[in-house]
Amino acid sequence: MPTAAEIKQRIEAAIPGAQAEVEDYTGGGDHFRAMVVSPAFAGRSRIEQHKLVYGVFGDEIGGPIHALSLKTQAPQEPGAPDAEGPPMAGGRQAIAGGEQHATAAT
Amino acid sequence: MSDTESNPIRDAIAEAIAEHDTILFMKGTPEAPACGFSARTVAMLQSLEAPFAAVDILPDPRIRQELSAISGWPTIPQLFVGGELVGGCDIVTEMYESGELAETLGLESSEGAAAPQPRASEPQPAGFTQIENRLG
Repeated sequence: MPTAAEIKQRIEAAIPGAQAEVEDYTGGGDHFRAMVVSPAFAGRSRIEQHKLVYGVFGDEIGGPIHALSLKTQAPQEPGAPDAEGPPMAGGRQAIAGGEQHATAAT
Repeated sequence: MSDTESNPIRDAIAEAIAEHDTILFMKGTPEAPACGFSARTVAMLQSLEAPFAAVDILPDPRIRQELSAISGWPTIPQLFVGGELVGGCDIVTEMYESGELAETLGLESSEGAAAPQPRASEPQPAGFTQIENRLG
């Protein structure tokens, strides 16, 4: 059974420029939650972004990886950490999925 | 990927997706979801008072297999609107929170009126049996 660290490594190895944070949220080794930021996601729909991540694991999804809950973003989207910045200290920040900031992305 | 033999399950699934404006492939039924992700997705649709058809994928493992072959999506639940895959629980949740889900479903946002119009037709019954009959 994969570990959160292994899932993180595989995502980052497979998706260009990806930074992933992965959590085993039941502790049982088969329900994971991942936040992935990558420039490869820019311009893609959520479905396409998630398919990129699921594609890393192929048939393992639904098998050894019973659940992989995803949040994906391109680096310049609101709420996403700067992909080139230092890793976030103290784990993931709250993903403000609902908030639309008025600042225009430049 | 598709073999030359007829695939009645895949055909039935594709037909259901085409026939129903909003259709959710889930584990269990809206009244009795069998998994947390399916339950949450149902709850969001119900809170928007969106009518939807529901297909329980549990009775036959081939349903999930053929569905994933059609959608290219590996997990359950899967929500289709207007014949297109909208996403699974994660995406539907993001869209629900941002108001996009209501928009996609052609509804008033949840911040607006509780029900945009009185819906004479009740939501599609759970235990959507037509597909299962075709599989039999």
